[in-house]
Amino acid sequence: MHQLPTSILLIIALAPLAGAVLAGFVGRRIGRSGSHWVTILGVGLSCVLSFYVLYQLVWGGASNYNHNLYTWFQIGKFNASVGFMIDRLSAMMMVVVSFVSLMVHVYTIGYMADEENYERFFSYIALFTFSMLMLVMSNNFMQLFFGWEAVGLVSYLLIGFYHKRPSAIFANLKAFLVNRVGDFGFVLGIAAVLYFLGTLDYQTAFDHAPSLVGKTLQITQGHTWDAATVIGILLFIGAMGKSAQVPLHVWLPDSMEGPTPISALIHAATMVTAGIFMVARMSPIFELSSTALSFIMVIGATGALFTGMIGIVQTDIKRVIAYSTLSQLGYMTVALGVSAYAGAVYHLMTHAFFKALLFLGAGSVIIAMHHEQDMRHMGGLRKYMPITYITMWVGSLALCGVPFFSGYYSKDAIIEAAGEAHRWGAGYAYFCVLFGALVTALYTFRLMHMTFHGKERFKVVDSHAQEGHGKDHHHKPGELAHPPKESPWVVTIPLIMLAIPSLLIGYFTVGPMLYGTWFGKAIHVQQAHNVLAEMATHYHGAFSKGLEGFAGWPFALVVLGFVITTYVYIFNPSMADRIKRVLKPVYIVLDRKFWFDEVYQAVFARGGVKLGRLFWKAGDTAMIDGAIDGSTGLVQRLASRMRRLQSGFLYHYAFAMILGLILLLGGFWWFGHV
Amino acid sequence: MSNHLLSLLIWLPMAGAVPVLIAGSRSSLSRWIGLLVAIVTFVASLFLLTGYDTNGPVMQLVEVHPWIESLHINYALGVDGISVALILLTTFVGVLVLIGAWDVIKDDKPHQYVAAMLVLEGLLIGVFCATDALLFYVFFEAMLIPMFILIGIWGGPRRVYATLKFFIYTFLGSIFMLVGLIYLYQQAGSFDMATMAATPLTMSQQSWLFFAFLIAFAIKIPMVPVHTWLPDAHVEAPTGGSVVLAAVMLKVGGYGFLRFSLPMLPDASAHYAWLVIVLSLIPIIYIGYVALVQEDMKKLVAYSSIAHMGFVTLGLFIVFILVRELGNYDAAKLALQGSMVQMMSHGFVSGAMFSCIGVMYDRLHTRQIKDYGGLVNVMPWFALFMVFFAMANIGLPGTSGFVGEFMVILASFSANPWIALVAAFTLVIGAGYTLWLVKRVVWGDVTSDKVAAMKDINGREAFVLGAFAVVVLGIGIWPEPLVHLMGGSINHLVHQLAISKI
Repeated sequence: MHQLPTSILLIIALAPLAGAVLAGFVGRRIGRSGSHWVTILGVGLSCVLSFYVLYQLVWGGASNYNHNLYTWFQIGKFNASVGFMIDRLSAMMMVVVSFVSLMVHVYTIGYMADEENYERFFSYIALFTFSMLMLVMSNNFMQLFFGWEAVGLVSYLLIGFYHKRPSAIFANLKAFLVNRVGDFGFVLGIAAVLYFLGTLDYQTAFDHAPSLVGKTLQITQGHTWDAATVIGILLFIGAMGKSAQVPLHVWLPDSMEGPTPISALIHAATMVTAGIFMVARMSPIFELSSTALSFIMVIGATGALFTGMIGIVQTDIKRVIAYSTLSQLGYMTVALGVSAYAGAVYHLMTHAFFKALLFLGAGSVIIAMHHEQDMRHMGGLRKYMPITYITMWVGSLALCGVPFFSGYYSKDAIIEAAGEAHRWGAGYAYFCVLFGALVTALYTFRLMHMTFHGKERFKVVDSHAQEGHGKDHHHKPGELAHPPKESPWVVTIPLIMLAIPSLLIGYFTVGPMLYGTWFGKAIHVQQAHNVLAEMATHYHGAFSKGLEGFAGWPFALVVLGFVITTYVYIFNPSMADRIKRVLKPVYIVLDRKFWFDEVYQAVFARGGVKLGRLFWKAGDTAMIDGAIDGSTGLVQRLASRMRRLQSGFLYHYAFAMILGLILLLGGFWWFGHV
Repeated sequence: MSNHLLSLLIWLPMAGAVPVLIAGSRSSLSRWIGLLVAIVTFVASLFLLTGYDTNGPVMQLVEVHPWIESLHINYALGVDGISVALILLTTFVGVLVLIGAWDVIKDDKPHQYVAAMLVLEGLLIGVFCATDALLFYVFFEAMLIPMFILIGIWGGPRRVYATLKFFIYTFLGSIFMLVGLIYLYQQAGSFDMATMAATPLTMSQQSWLFFAFLIAFAIKIPMVPVHTWLPDAHVEAPTGGSVVLAAVMLKVGGYGFLRFSLPMLPDASAHYAWLVIVLSLIPIIYIGYVALVQEDMKKLVAYSSIAHMGFVTLGLFIVFILVRELGNYDAAKLALQGSMVQMMSHGFVSGAMFSCIGVMYDRLHTRQIKDYGGLVNVMPWFALFMVFFAMANIGLPGTSGFVGEFMVILASFSANPWIALVAAFTLVIGAGYTLWLVKRVVWGDVTSDKVAAMKDINGREAFVLGAFAVVVLGIGIWPEPLVHLMGGSINHLVHQLAISKI
C-alpha cells in the first residue's frame, strides 16, 4: 500500500482554476483560441490525473487518501480545514466530472464559435470544474459547502450568460434563490452535525456516527426528535435544492436558458448530482434513520414519475431533456432512499455519460437548426446529421434502460431495489419508478421521432442565403437560410466519446461496482437493509443480467412506449392533437407543470415584495419614524408654548416671580405644618 | 516607538489634518498630504501585528498618563487582538476612502473633506484603543462631529434632516451611557475599564446599567427599532461618509457591547440575553423584507447592513446561553469569533458595496435602481466587482461574508436550533434582496442612453475596489490568521463571562 502524492491531487483541483483565471483575466489578450487552449489543457491535465488516481486506487494498490491541506479555522476544539478525501467514490466522481467537463470544453469550441464573450464562457466552465472537483474531493463538511456554493455561483453566472435576455436573468435569479432554500436546510444540517458529533471532519464524524443512536434534539417542551433523522432530513433539504427534487425542482427547467454545453455539464451530468453524491458520502449517518430515508425515497419517487410526465408535453428539445434529468435524479434519490447508495452513484455515473450525450446531441441539432429549439419545426433530420442521429439513439436507448446499454444496468437495479425494499413508502416508490420507465420511453422516443424521423417541418428559404449569419439574425420559426448539416468534428468527437461509455460502461462495470464491494468503506450500508447485497445473490454476470432484462416489466413498458410514440408521431401524426383534445384536463395539468411556478411566483415573489412593502411602510415609516417624528413634534409644540412665556414684558416676569414666591412660601408653610 | 504606537496612530491623522487645511483648496496638495498621512497611519498600524503578542497579556502596548487626576481619569490606551483587528480595518478603510473621493468632491473645500476624514479616522482609532471609560466616551462622542460635518456639508438634498436625526439619535444614546459610566465610576472608584469589570455589582445595579448601555450601543449598531437613522444618514451622506459609517462606525456599537456590557455586567447581560437575541433575529427577517423593496440602492445596502449587524449582536449574546446554561465553552468561542469576524467582514463588504454605489453615482448622479440596468454591457470590470461584492454580501463561501455568518449559525444551533433556524433564513432573504438588485442594475440590456454612455471604472476606482476584493477574498479563503489574532482575547472574555459578579 502506498500513498497518493498530495501534489497530484493539488494539480487535479488547481489546474482548471489556473485555466479559468487565465481565460478570465487575460482572455482578451490571449484571444479566443488562447482561452480555449489554456482551459482545455487545465481540465485535460485534471482528467488524465484523475484517471491515474482511479487506476492507482483500484489496481495500483494505493491506499485511501485523507489529509488536511491547511487549517481554515481552529476555535477551541472545533476545527475547519481544507483537505482531500480520496477513495473510490471520490475518484470515480473526479473521473466523471473531469471527463465530461473535458468533452464539454472541446464541444464548446464548436458550439460557441460565433458567440461574443467566448473567453468568459471558457473561464466559467473551467471555474466550474475546479469548484465541482473541490466539492467531490473534500474531506469535511465546510469544504463541501464551499464547493456546493461555488458550483451554484458558476451555475448562476452561466444560466445568465446571455445576460441581455430577460428570461435568462430571471432564470438565474430563480435558480440561485431556490438553491438557497435548500442551502438553508443544508447549513442547519451541518450545524446539527457539529452539535451532535462535535466535528466537521468526515472521517471523525462517520466514526462517531453510531453515537447518534438514542440522541435527540429537543424541539419544544416535552417533544424531541431523533438526532440522525434531524441531520438526515436537513442535509437532504440541501440535496433537494442542488439536485432539483420536488418541490425545489422548479429552477432546473428554467436553467435551460444557459448555453447548451453547460446544460450538459452542470445541469445534467455533474452539479445537479452533487446532492446524490453528498447523501451517498454521508451514508454512515443516513443509515441510522429509516425515517429520513423514507422521506428521501418518497420525494425521489414523486419526482421520478411526475416531472417525467411533464416532459411528455414539452416542445422545446432542451426542456424535454431537462425534465428527463429531473426524473432521472428522482430515480437516483429513490435508490438512496432504499439504501442502495451504490445504485444511486452508479446511475449517477451512467447518467452523466448518456445525459451529457443527449444534451450535446440536442445542441448539435440546435446548431444545425440555426438556434431553433422547437421540435415542432424539426423532423427528418436523420439524413442531414448521421453522427448526431446515431449517437443520440445510443443515448436514448441508454436512458430508457434497454438491456445491455449502460443505463439498463443502473436503472433496472434501482427499480428492482425499490421492489425489494421494505421501508415505509417502498410500494409507492416502486410504482413510481416502474411506471416511470413507460414515461421515460414516451418522452424519449417522442423526442427522437419529432427531431430525426418523419417529415421535415422546416423550409429552406434561399433568399436569406446572401445575408450575414450573426446571432441576431432571425428567421420566422421553421425557416432556415441553409439546409441543416452535420456539426464540425469538435462537436461530433465528444458525442462519439460519450456514446462509447453510454453503450458499454454498464456491461463492464456492473459486477464489481453495483453488486460487488467496489466502493469498499466509502459507502456504508447496514446489513439489515442492504438490498443490493440481496440482489447480488442472484446476479450471474453482466450478460445473463442483460438477457434477463428482456423478460422484465420495465423493458415491456419501454417497448409499449416505443410502439405508442411510433404510431402517434410517425404513422399517424394527427393523432397527437386528437389525444391532446381528448385528454385535455391531463394536458393542461402537465402543460402548467402542476402550477408550481405560478404558486411560487404568487406566494414567495409577489408575496415577499408585498410583505416587504408592508414592513417598510407600516413598520419603519409609520410606526417607528412616526413615533420619533411625533415626539419631536411634541417637543416643538411644547417649546413654542414655552417661548410665549418669554414675552419680554417686565410685568409678566414680575408677576411670575410673585406667583413663584407665593407657591414656594405656601409650600413651606403647608408641608412644614404637616 | 512601540511604547507610543497607539498614541501615534490616534494623533497622527488628527495632526495631519492641520497641514491639509493649511494647504487649502486651490491645489491638489491637500489631497496628497491627506493621502500620505493616511498611508503612513496604515503602515504604522501594521506594526501592531508585530507588536501584539497573541499569547501575551490581555491588554498590550499599554500607555497610561494621568489626565484629570482629581477624578482619577487617565489617558490610558491598550489593545487586545480584537482592537488590533478593528484598528487595521479603520486605517485600511481610511486610505481607501481618500483615494475613492480623490476627484469626487467638486466644491471649493475638498481640503476640509479630507481633514474631516482624517480627524474621524484618528477618533475611531481612539475608541478602539481607550482603556479608560471616560476617554472612550470622549472619543465616542467626538467622532460624531466630523461625521456630522461630512454629511451636513457634502450630503444630499435632505442632509439637514438626516444629520439631525443621526446626531440626536446617537447623542441620546450616549447620554445614557455617560450616566451609566458615572455611576460605575462611583462604584469602582476609577474609570479604568478593567477595574470596572472587576467591581462586583448587584443584579439590580447591573440591570439599570445594562439598559443604559443597551440604548447607547443599540442605536450605534443599529438594532431594531432604533435603526431608522441609518438609512437616512446613508442616503444623504457622501460616498466616503457612507463607507466609513458602515465600515467602521457601526462597529463601535458592537465593540461597546464587547467592552462594556459583556465583561462589566455579565449577569444582567445573561439575564437579558433573550431580549438582545430577539432584537437580533427580528432584523434578519424584518429588515430583510424591508431591504427587498427599497428603490434607492444606498437604502437597500443600509438595510442590509442592519441585517448583517444582527449577526454580530446575536453572536455576542448567545454566548450567555452557551456558557451559563450549557457550559459549552468551545461553542461560545465560536459564537464570539463569528461575531467579531462578521464585524470585520461587514466592514470590508459594506465599504465596498457603498464604494460601488459611489462609482455609479459619480457617473449618473442618481441612486435610484430604476435609473440603471445592463451595466455589464458598458462597464464589465465594474460588473465583475459589483457581482463579487454582492456575493460577499450574501455570504458566499470563499468570501469573508460567509465566515462570520457560518460560525454564528453553527454556534447558535448548539444554543438553540430555533435560533439557528431564524438566523439561517438570511441565506434566502439576503440572496433575494442582493441578487435582485444585481439583476436590475448589472444584468439585462442597457436601459437608457445615459447608461450607454457610462464609462468603465478607471485605475483609481479599480484600485479601491480591488483592494477591498483582495481582503474579502483573503479572509474568505483563509480566516485562520484573523481568528488566531483575536483568539486569545476571546478566550479570556469567555472565561470572564462564566463568572458571576454578584
